[in-house]
Amino acid sequence: MANHPTTQAIHTPVKEDVSVNYITSPKGLMSWLTTIDHKRIGIMYLWAVLGAFLLGGIFALLLRIELLTPKETIMTAETYNKVFTLHGVIMVFLFIIPSIPAALGNFVLPLMLGAKDVAFPRLNLASYYIYVVGALFGITAMITGGVDTGWTFYTPYSTTTNGQVSMMVMAAFILGFSSIFTGINFIATIHKLRAPGMGWFQMPLFVWGMYSTAVIQVLATPVLGITLVLLMLERSFGIGIFDPAIGGDPVLFQHFFWFYSHPAVYIMIVPGMAIISEVIPTFSKKTIFGYKAIAFSSVSIALVGFLVWGHHMFVSGQSTLASVIFSFLTFLVAIPSGVKVFNWLATMYRGSITLEAPMLYAISFLLLFAIGGLTGIFLGALSVDIHLTDTYFVVAHFHYVMMGGTVIAFLSGLHYWWPKMFGRMYNEKLARIGCGLVFVGFNMTFFTQFVLGSRGMPRRYYNYLDQFQPLHAFSTVGSWVLGAGLFLTAGYLLASLRKPYDAPRNPWGARTFEWETQSPPITHNFDFDPVLLHGPYDYRPERKA
Amino acid sequence: MSETTHTSTHDNHDANAPKIYAAVLGALLILTFITVGASKIQFGSGMVNVVIALTIATVKASLVGLFFMHLIHDKAMNAIILVSSFIFLGVFIGFCYTDQSTRDDLKPVGLKVKVPAVAGAPAVPGAAPTGAPVAAPPAAAPHH
Amino acid sequence: MSDLATVVRDEHSHEHHDSSLQHHFATYEQQMDAGKIGMWLFLATEILLFGGLFVGFGLMQARYPDAFVQAHHHLDKNLGFLNTVVLLVSSFTMVMAVHCAKTEQRRKTLVYLLITLACAAAFLCVKYFEYEHKIHEGLLPGKFYSHVGDTVPHQFVFFSFYFMMTGLHGLHILGGMGAITWVFFRAKRGDFNHKYYTPVDLVGLYWHLVDLIWIYLFPLLYLIS
Repeated sequence: MANHPTTQAIHTPVKEDVSVNYITSPKGLMSWLTTIDHKRIGIMYLWAVLGAFLLGGIFALLLRIELLTPKETIMTAETYNKVFTLHGVIMVFLFIIPSIPAALGNFVLPLMLGAKDVAFPRLNLASYYIYVVGALFGITAMITGGVDTGWTFYTPYSTTTNGQVSMMVMAAFILGFSSIFTGINFIATIHKLRAPGMGWFQMPLFVWGMYSTAVIQVLATPVLGITLVLLMLERSFGIGIFDPAIGGDPVLFQHFFWFYSHPAVYIMIVPGMAIISEVIPTFSKKTIFGYKAIAFSSVSIALVGFLVWGHHMFVSGQSTLASVIFSFLTFLVAIPSGVKVFNWLATMYRGSITLEAPMLYAISFLLLFAIGGLTGIFLGALSVDIHLTDTYFVVAHFHYVMMGGTVIAFLSGLHYWWPKMFGRMYNEKLARIGCGLVFVGFNMTFFTQFVLGSRGMPRRYYNYLDQFQPLHAFSTVGSWVLGAGLFLTAGYLLASLRKPYDAPRNPWGARTFEWETQSPPITHNFDFDPVLLHGPYDYRPERKA
Repeated sequence: MSETTHTSTHDNHDANAPKIYAAVLGALLILTFITVGASKIQFGSGMVNVVIALTIATVKASLVGLFFMHLIHDKAMNAIILVSSFIFLGVFIGFCYTDQSTRDDLKPVGLKVKVPAVAGAPAVPGAAPTGAPVAAPPAAAPHH
Repeated sequence: MSDLATVVRDEHSHEHHDSSLQHHFATYEQQMDAGKIGMWLFLATEILLFGGLFVGFGLMQARYPDAFVQAHHHLDKNLGFLNTVVLLVSSFTMVMAVHCAKTEQRRKTLVYLLITLACAAAFLCVKYFEYEHKIHEGLLPGKFYSHVGDTVPHQFVFFSFYFMMTGLHGLHILGGMGAITWVFFRAKRGDFNHKYYTPVDLVGLYWHLVDLIWIYLFPLLYLIS
């Protein structure tokens, strides 16, 4: 375990009895199913999204096995199309979008603000059940025939193909409401439930990230909703908007779809960045460099992110003028992300760095996200995109940002807050091994795909030219290393739950409110009234409280 | 404390409120008449009529928002939320319209199938001649 | 801000736990403000949801301007005008209901809520007649379009949007009627006073949005030329 001193919280005995906490009281299954405690809801979301990650991950491993050889390896081409579609749908809608906000955010946000709960606790529970219903629709669609359109549901294929398109689209529609309600809840909570003394610029940066994400959730998701409704109606009733056979415009579908789905990727990454903004100062024992710059960059990413969706459509038939405008704006949206990366590095510079798992994951994030973000810029350049679009280069790019970025940040946050959520420390040695396996496996799998793509390997293809096989095989082996790392991580995390409570209030010596209360917290969060006495990254020598 | 002054401002506000609401309703009804009247006059290109209709609609919407929905007395955040949604809607339609109106219509030279006429597109071989009655669109591709 | 710290401590010593003030809020004002922000955010999502339909309508109209002009002649402008007036009046009665709930005039609150419901029902009745006429003429969405004698093709697209937009709007009217009915029974029970009338206010905001959407729908569907 870490060998740095634990900061004295306001009332902390050396070893306290935490047997009465939000997990143990109140008791019974019904008390969980009808809970309005944000911490319990967060935990229920956590198991749900981890389950989704497992399912989506199994599909990924199956895909990579199929791609070991150019011809049929373990599945037919039709099955392959369904498997990559389901991998995408599960990962995007059931895992990544809810993961950090709904699982970690729900748990941590009110604690960080010094609040007793979110603004609308019953809406929070409703949001969870809506997620469950959406997930059930999705699973039903999977087992009753599946979908082979790709997670992007492009028309006219999606309006004319057989398969469970309407049911899967209905699932995504329902899941969208879960996301919207979470966003509404977080914005209201952050506006109205901050502790006394906590102005906007005394909030932890995690909160700024959650706020920016919530803004995107509220403004973008409804457009996805109406897009999916229009898709279902076009499919069933031929309303004439997207299907070219009856005078519709398939490019219009892409506009509708990407108006949400591009901001959606910022719903995915901004929470990840928010976690990194917490972890790096804590494990550098140094205040964050450029607090306001990072705060404003979160908001800028959220807003400018709405202006760039056409960069997914450069070869779709979109007009040249529109493409040029979107390309220019895409370059702009990279700037705030760059600001953050430099500020995080500056925070680490001359800090007292310790390398526990959360920090190892955070450092991994810096490298992997930099690669992912940079390759996004390559793709944003029109002339380059003509060659790289719809190749494995794109696949590698988005896996670097979504997995190398968001999932790595999620793992960082999961390890960081694990002691707070469950009252137990995980096995640090195994965690470091797991991080190493994940990092190595990830790069083996996906860096290879940059090379594959730039040499012409198209995405979503079942067959491929023989010359690509060595790289595909290497990528598949990488996926096994990655999978091993993730299974190891799941193993030691779950094993830690069998231990007795052994986590102190503040194992990392951090300075935000959630570390001032017991691990795990009591139902009402604090047994005192939180009042802000110091900044969230105040690592100067301890003043007498 | 500040609560007493708060209450007295509210008392004034409460007493006058019904009159203000009635006046706003009157204005809204008048504007509705104007909208219908304006639609009967041709202001040059169709675009101008649309702009006029939308402008009047926005004035009506502003009255409803400011007075019926109390934005004029509320904290600014609520108005910011409302205006933001319209701004982003504007972004959506603006970029889509820019794309649609600046596209080149690419049609393969040897195309034999009837292509639905699109506004501004050059004449296409095989398109249905205008003026003849056109039946309801053919049944879409078989759905599962 | 320092007021909040004092109030938090007061709340703990407050014996009378009013169930209308939820446990995680310190004051009624904080609860009301949070509720309002939440409702406005929800309204923003509704604007973007309907907005998507408006965007689709606008772009398809730009694609087939003649078809849309021809098609809209089948709509009865007078009925559309009547419905607009009905909704504007209902907005007035709704905001009066909120006012009366706040000033603790219970009977007036109930009357205004009932009139609002009546206006909503009238709106739906007019809509029913309009739909009946369209069905009779075969002016239906998508593949159900069976109107004969069109000289301009693609008019079915206009009716796809007509039914989607007015249909979705109508569903929201129904939902609003449900919410108003719920608030009616709570008002009847005496739940509201000058400190706590939040549900009436928030339902009122929702209702005004339904009116706002129609304010834009009416000219775009009925009055284009």
